[in-house]
Amino acid sequence: MAMPMESPITFSNVGQIKWWQRGIFASQTGYVLLALALLLVIMHFASPYFFTEGNMQNVAKNFSFIAIATLGVTFVIITGGIDLSVGSMMCFSAMITSMVMTELSAPGSPAGALFVHMAADGKTVVANVPGLILLVSILAGLGVALIAGLVNGFCIAVLGLSPFVTTLGMLSIVRGLGYVVSNGRGSFPGGPDADYFYAATSGDVLGVPVPFIYLVILALTMAVVLHHTSFGRHVFALGGNEKAAELTGIPVVRVKIEVYVICALAAGLQGIIISGWLGSAPANMATSYELNVIAAAVIGGANLAGGIGGPLGAIVGCVLLEVIRNGLVLAQVSSYWQQTLVGVIIILAVLVDRIRSRMT
Amino acid sequence: MANADSTPVLELTGIGKEFGAIRALHDVDLQVLPGEVVGLMGDNGAGKSTLVKIIAGNFRPSHGDIRFAGNPVHFSRPVDARAVGIEVVYQDLALSDNLTAAANVFLGRELKRKFGPIALLDHKAMAARALELFGELRSETRPDDLVKQMSGGQRQAVAIARTRLSNARLVMMDEPTAAISVRQVEQVLGLIHRLKEQGVAVMLISHRMPDVFAVCDRVVVMRRGEKRADKPIHQTSPEEVTALITGAKEAA
Repeated sequence: MAMPMESPITFSNVGQIKWWQRGIFASQTGYVLLALALLLVIMHFASPYFFTEGNMQNVAKNFSFIAIATLGVTFVIITGGIDLSVGSMMCFSAMITSMVMTELSAPGSPAGALFVHMAADGKTVVANVPGLILLVSILAGLGVALIAGLVNGFCIAVLGLSPFVTTLGMLSIVRGLGYVVSNGRGSFPGGPDADYFYAATSGDVLGVPVPFIYLVILALTMAVVLHHTSFGRHVFALGGNEKAAELTGIPVVRVKIEVYVICALAAGLQGIIISGWLGSAPANMATSYELNVIAAAVIGGANLAGGIGGPLGAIVGCVLLEVIRNGLVLAQVSSYWQQTLVGVIIILAVLVDRIRSRMT
Repeated sequence: MANADSTPVLELTGIGKEFGAIRALHDVDLQVLPGEVVGLMGDNGAGKSTLVKIIAGNFRPSHGDIRFAGNPVHFSRPVDARAVGIEVVYQDLALSDNLTAAANVFLGRELKRKFGPIALLDHKAMAARALELFGELRSETRPDDLVKQMSGGQRQAVAIARTRLSNARLVMMDEPTAAISVRQVEQVLGLIHRLKEQGVAVMLISHRMPDVFAVCDRVVVMRRGEKRADKPIHQTSPEEVTALITGAKEAA
């Protein structure tokens, strides 16, 4: 890239870094993207079904199911933290959403009286604006995620507990609460707004799955936030050198709390979307998804030591995981191999990056 | 040489600090004039860092007054000290390796452009201003390069450029020449001269005698929490300063 301005300095001793040695070309994300492209080509020749419209839709939908949460956890990983509670958070938010929806849609209940009433022929009729029940129940689901995120952030940023331990505790707390409120039975989205709920979570627009559209919008927003706002700059600074961030006057505590809240909200939203696809929110939903989500982020180039990561990497990681899963199914390989292969890829991706940074 | 009749940029009177039963500083008086380079020397535990931290707003003094440019000041946080024009270049430079030079210079006070309700970073303006600052410091540093890939001298320039951003009137540098190469030491001493030319007062905290004697106008020696000497550099010698630091000579 040429310097756009008149340079007051002559660079006699310091060379310009070549374009292929900087930015995405020199990042793990770049290498993994290349590997992914290669894999897609191989898949195309290996299976005639791979590039069919149906299969592509399937792939797009499936990776969107973990990708939104991966975007959230990437924020946390960039600051040098980790959030293990995303899987439980998905389940709990989904559960609260469908329970609130069911509760508000029951004409007899005290809360339901505000939203629905029984018509003369015994049918439930919406008392006010259609979609209001859906909105309130989704806000309730995201609300519990917000609270969990605030607690995580408070413990880590203010009390100074380790992110690993705090969010490990939160994993258990939130999963436990899910069992408590549901008594271990899952819950189902019901009532007059259930159709809107399914349309908003597992429908499609012009053949494109809705979750994929949400993902694209959120990823673009995240790219702008990370690279073009001072909040994003502070997130990177925090991961690069926390002490420096503090000394330069960055509100470290606030930024940390914010990233854990963003992560919890992303996980909550992800859970609500998954429950729309499943048609229910079972109490054991999304168990151990935190591992898939973190694996996807790491494969995509987010550095667990902090300071590196982004939305493209998060998505590339998720796509790679899904294409491998999908590919193994199409190739009629036992799907039990999938987990093994994912582990190998995590190590390979990090190894390649290590070798590259040794060479330069 | 600094102007003798100008108001001191920093004036400390009777500064003392206790941590519980430990007396870290006792009755320190110190004046720093605009454009003056003062070397602050002393062994480990002599009270140098405590003094620096009080001036930088990390600690509040237990006794004594601080005046900045003639006005009494009370700092409760580092941000307060920075607001009046005191900047610190920390020993480990406080840089984020994963960000560019320009991003580091503007860390915590990014330039933004408003687009309706959203404020986005103004990358171009920041890069241009950073390049200008590196030019003033005569350092060959590209604003868009990552700090990770820079030499010790360039990193030092980035940390110093940060202090130039706010037009600081007093810059305190904590061991800027420790752990860098001979050529880079030259660069850093050059940077200190640039600051002096622009009328900025510099406090250089250092263990390296040759560096202090190369750039400072005055040397202040601390020992056991007290100021033991405060002399123009040409009226003293490395031998005398060493004797004062170790305690072989009590005071001068």
